[in-house]
Amino acid sequence: MKARVLEIRKGVLNKNDEIARGLRERLHAAGVLTINLVSSPGTGKTALLQRTLRELREQGSSVAALVGDLATDNDARRLAEAGVPVKQINTDGRCHLEAQMVSDHLSDWDLDRLDYLFIENVGNLVCPSSYDLGEDLRVVLLSVTEGEDKPLKYPNIFNSADVAVLTKMDLAEACEFDIEAARANIAAVRPGMRIVSTSAKSGVGVQEWLSCLAEEKQSRLVGV
Amino acid sequence: MHELSIAYSLVEMAGESAREAGAVRVRAVHLRLGALSGVVRGALEFGYEIATADTLLAESRLHVKELPVRVYCGVCRKEVELKSVQRFRCPECDTPSGDIRQGRELEIESIEIEMPE
Ligand SMILES: Nc1nc2c(ncn2[C@@H]2O[C@H](COP(=O)(O)OP(=O)(O)OP(=O)(O)O)[C@@H](O)[C@H]2O)c(=O)[nH]1
Ligand SMILES: [Mg+2]
Ligand SMILES: [Zn+2]
Repeated sequence: MKARVLEIRKGVLNKNDEIARGLRERLHAAGVLTINLVSSPGTGKTALLQRTLRELREQGSSVAALVGDLATDNDARRLAEAGVPVKQINTDGRCHLEAQMVSDHLSDWDLDRLDYLFIENVGNLVCPSSYDLGEDLRVVLLSVTEGEDKPLKYPNIFNSADVAVLTKMDLAEACEFDIEAARANIAAVRPGMRIVSTSAKSGVGVQEWLSCLAEEKQSRLVGV
Repeated sequence: MHELSIAYSLVEMAGESAREAGAVRVRAVHLRLGALSGVVRGALEFGYEIATADTLLAESRLHVKELPVRVYCGVCRKEVELKSVQRFRCPECDTPSGDIRQGRELEIESIEIEMPE
């Protein structure tokens, strides 16, 4: 047998990355800021998103959401209560979303009329970190009930994110949450990352979170 | 665990390249795996065995080259290697840096193929 070495030098997730690049171009051309929300199960992605969608809609922004779920459509129904377009992506047991799934679910929305697209990823702190969905902002959420050391246990996902959101701040005292330790741990794995403290229940920090989104939209999509 | 689906992507990509080159079999795959790739080596190796079954890559070997994280330190003005992914600070001067130059790789470097006689 003749044997030889063939140079490849290509990313294993190249196909996903190419689809994501195409998506990002399309969304940018339409002036849409796209946000990918990642966290462990139960951190409060849907709760924060419900509130965010409602507030943005009331401010006159046009928003939509995609939500990845292993098996149910509970989150999609909760989000649809905000009165905005919502689609569920059933991942059929897969532990993360991929760019193709996002692309497939955008086909009948008029992106030109949209200001913000939110994507709630599957609750999982490991797998979603490898898959670019064409988002502008990857937002990692950490609830006060999970412990301050999550960023050290899951450095990949924190490192790949652009913004960190602390959730359930209304429970911080009861959980003896040490916010300075949490901040230090986030900074250790992702120096300089912006951190916003929120409670979807009390509304604390929600305005700061909305300002953060508006600033990102301004800086990333200006002139588009 | 997403390593199995990553293993399938890997096998698909390597298999395509091998077929295009006219190969009859793939003997080995050389993979570059960064410490920030989000992929666990053992799980990937396990997935590889499953994903290669009944393909051009059946019985082939997976060689993994693990790459530590390297960041650029603006104070030392050079690339430095991190000792831990839990501490993004220059090991020489302790300045925080998130300017990653290596560590996210999940890349097929090369494959060893067998050609027909
Ligand atoms: N006290 C309090 N509870 C909250 C808050 N946000 C969410 N919760 C509760 O936490 C639980 C999980 O919230 P979800 O919003 O469903 O969390 P999720 O991240 O979307 O969960 P998955 O989609 O399953 O990963 C629910 O019982 C919420 O009511 C908050 O700000 N304060
Ligand atoms: Mg949810
Ligand atoms: Zn230095």
